[in-house]
Amino acid sequence: MMIRKLAAIAALATGLMVGLAAAVGAQELKIGLKTEPSSLDPFYHNLGPNLQMSAHMFDQLVAQDDNQKLIPALALSWKPISDTEWEFKLRKGVKFSDGSDFTADDVVFSVDRVAKVPNSPSPFTLYTKAIKEIKIVDPYTIIMVTAFPHPLLPNDLGSIYIMSKKAASGSAPEGKTTEQLNKGDGLVGTGPYKFVEWVRGDHLTLEANPNWWRGKAKWKKVTFRTFTDNGARVAAILSGDVDVIESPPTADLPKLRENPKVSVSQGLSNRVIYIALDSFAEPSVGIPDTSGKNPLKDKRVRQALSMAIDREAIVKRIMQNLGVAAGDLLPQPMFGSRADAKVQKYDPAAAKKLLADAGYPNGFTITLGTPNDRYINDSDVAQAVAAMWTRIGVKTNVDSIKSTVFFKNRDEYKYSAYLAGWGAGTGEMSSPLRSLVATQNKDKGMGVTNRGRYSNKAMDAKLEDALRTVDDKKREALLQDASRLVINDYGILPLHYEVTPWATKKGLTYKPRVDQNTLAENVVAGGK
Amino acid sequence: MLAFIIRRLLQAALVIVIMSGLVFVGIYLIGNPVYILISPEASELERAQVIHNLGLDLPLWQQYLVFVEQALGGSFGKSFVFGEPAMKIVLERVPATAELALFSTFLALFVGVPLGIWAGLKPNAISSRGIMAGSILGFSLPNFWVGLMLIMLFGVWLRNSEWLSFLSLPASGRGETVTFLGTRLSIFTIDGWRHLLLPAFTLGLSYMALNIRLTRAGVREVLLQDYVKFARAKGLPERRVIGVHVLKNILIPIVTVTGLELGTVIAFAVVTETVFAWPGMGKLLIDSIVSLDRPVVVAYLMTVVGLLVVLNLVVDVLYSVIDPRIRLGGRSE
Repeated sequence: MMIRKLAAIAALATGLMVGLAAAVGAQELKIGLKTEPSSLDPFYHNLGPNLQMSAHMFDQLVAQDDNQKLIPALALSWKPISDTEWEFKLRKGVKFSDGSDFTADDVVFSVDRVAKVPNSPSPFTLYTKAIKEIKIVDPYTIIMVTAFPHPLLPNDLGSIYIMSKKAASGSAPEGKTTEQLNKGDGLVGTGPYKFVEWVRGDHLTLEANPNWWRGKAKWKKVTFRTFTDNGARVAAILSGDVDVIESPPTADLPKLRENPKVSVSQGLSNRVIYIALDSFAEPSVGIPDTSGKNPLKDKRVRQALSMAIDREAIVKRIMQNLGVAAGDLLPQPMFGSRADAKVQKYDPAAAKKLLADAGYPNGFTITLGTPNDRYINDSDVAQAVAAMWTRIGVKTNVDSIKSTVFFKNRDEYKYSAYLAGWGAGTGEMSSPLRSLVATQNKDKGMGVTNRGRYSNKAMDAKLEDALRTVDDKKREALLQDASRLVINDYGILPLHYEVTPWATKKGLTYKPRVDQNTLAENVVAGGK
Repeated sequence: MLAFIIRRLLQAALVIVIMSGLVFVGIYLIGNPVYILISPEASELERAQVIHNLGLDLPLWQQYLVFVEQALGGSFGKSFVFGEPAMKIVLERVPATAELALFSTFLALFVGVPLGIWAGLKPNAISSRGIMAGSILGFSLPNFWVGLMLIMLFGVWLRNSEWLSFLSLPASGRGETVTFLGTRLSIFTIDGWRHLLLPAFTLGLSYMALNIRLTRAGVREVLLQDYVKFARAKGLPERRVIGVHVLKNILIPIVTVTGLELGTVIAFAVVTETVFAWPGMGKLLIDSIVSLDRPVVVAYLMTVVGLLVVLNLVVDVLYSVIDPRIRLGGRSE
């Protein structure tokens, strides 16, 4: 009798404990990633999966909120004191995860380290090359001197995570090497989580940083696992192996939405999907039947091609609403976007007329290049565009190929028209403008991805002006003018902005970010 | 025997040299990894700098010479993506794949052979017909599909069912590991075993089916031989007749197949590893091919070729142990 009673009490107690564990809100969060970071060294590889992992363990001087608006992080405030000098007031009382204090020395050490990391496949010097020197005024005030007027300095610093000088110093020129950091040696930051263990290919474990200056991290422990295969990732959330997955495949979304154990969160991204047109070569490689002429040099033809695309239909049918029709290179309300940027109206009849006016009443033939594994439903979107162009008489063939080969072909100018995407890393308009449509100029680093070789002198002037203007208001107006010039000239045809989905276990919601990052701190309890 | 082994190893070295050259040139032709690795915002100058740092601006033959030098040094160069020695990255993944491959081969043998013997001894029993029908399915179902179905059944359906959830198995990953002699092994933990079951079964299924059919055919043939009749006439117990006289004589084809199979299971666990997010070499290979990480791809293939050669050698030596009539070295009496 006694024993039975005891057993009952024990059972009750266990039940209570289980209930309590659930009430405190699952202390452990398991996240299923699509791509594993290639390294934990925050300055080794400038790549989305690496940056999002750094964001868990480190902070920048200037952070970007969910809409990539600049917000104070380790720097309390910043202001230009001349065209080439910026003063940063650093936050006091910030501690690293090992308990040591954060000071100006750590900033200098981190910025210095960027250029010293060897064999980086995509160096972060991209963001620090403007910095000529850093003057320490006092432990909590620094002045960054730039080699030229550089209004984007605060945006660029959004990719530079501050490491602990004390922990990351070492015998190599760069201090602790990439290999050491991958093992967690010297991996000390001020972020919400700290490193526990990384078994490459299997899992990466973090735990809450007790010294985090913003307060308490949302989760006690976070485990990341990588599922490159779409089916495996979906199975992982269905089986409950993980609590959150990033980029669930579009085809599975309707099923996931219906599933009572799963919820889907989604949000607009900073990535625009566009079509670039060859406005340089004559004849153009993909256009065989115009007796050597390149029709795309004629604005009317470019306009006709834009008018022939039914963007709403693409978003609805092919993207399953994982997109928003675009009339610009960056969605509102991001810096430099315009309220007056309207989505091109779908009007095949007017498009036909424009083609006839331009001297192509019977159209022509063109090849449209596209990757088939890079953007959401990229190849299907290209097929739809091809069908729409063919309807107005421009017979379009689609050349759909793996992104490794696509990017090589594109960079060798093998396409007359190609579909690609651009995510604005800095979160403002100069990023797409200078890479996608500015006239190619190696020395100035302009038009790096402008493989249609579009050139518009008026736009270039506005953009260069903007890149020298430190005043935010004036710069935004200049960027808006520049983008208006390109869009109205049909220099590039924006199709849609991608919407990024996440799937979570019921009871959790993901607060979407425009930079598409998956962060543990953005996983919150509640929601439908 | 020694001469034979040395000759085989020399052949293997030749194969490895030729293969490394082919893979090297093949990946060189596909494209330049820098275009995939580098941030699209990087300027031409920065691109040129990265290409130079990774040694990709040299002519192909010079790149190959550099590679040979590194290969002889044992590191096979640094991975373009991870920045660490390629061989180290591959070897880190070996234990996971080896566990999976060995256990699935074990399943294929110790489930497949007994079932095959049963089917061979009682060819007309309903159970035998069932086994044979099952083996045809095991052959013909593509293993990624089997994997997904098992995940749906054990990982999703059983886990969510009210009464049978104790039967559910984890659908992905490797589970808890224990460090033993510097390698991480999951076979010492219950959690590790639970994670291992589904992928190992998936991977081993078609070989299990193959073993069933091979064993059954062998048993049916051998049972008619005079020495079996004689053994029975002698009054030997049935267990000894089957366990020694029958089994030993059907082993040659099974050993051959198992040797080859272990090699292919290691080399082609790719699909199963991808479906179950198993952190082995196969998954590494796929990721590395996608990012054109040449040092890792070459290091992986060298490892696998080396492994296959060793396995074949072991099989040949085993032949002579099982069947004294076979002599190594090809010199017949």
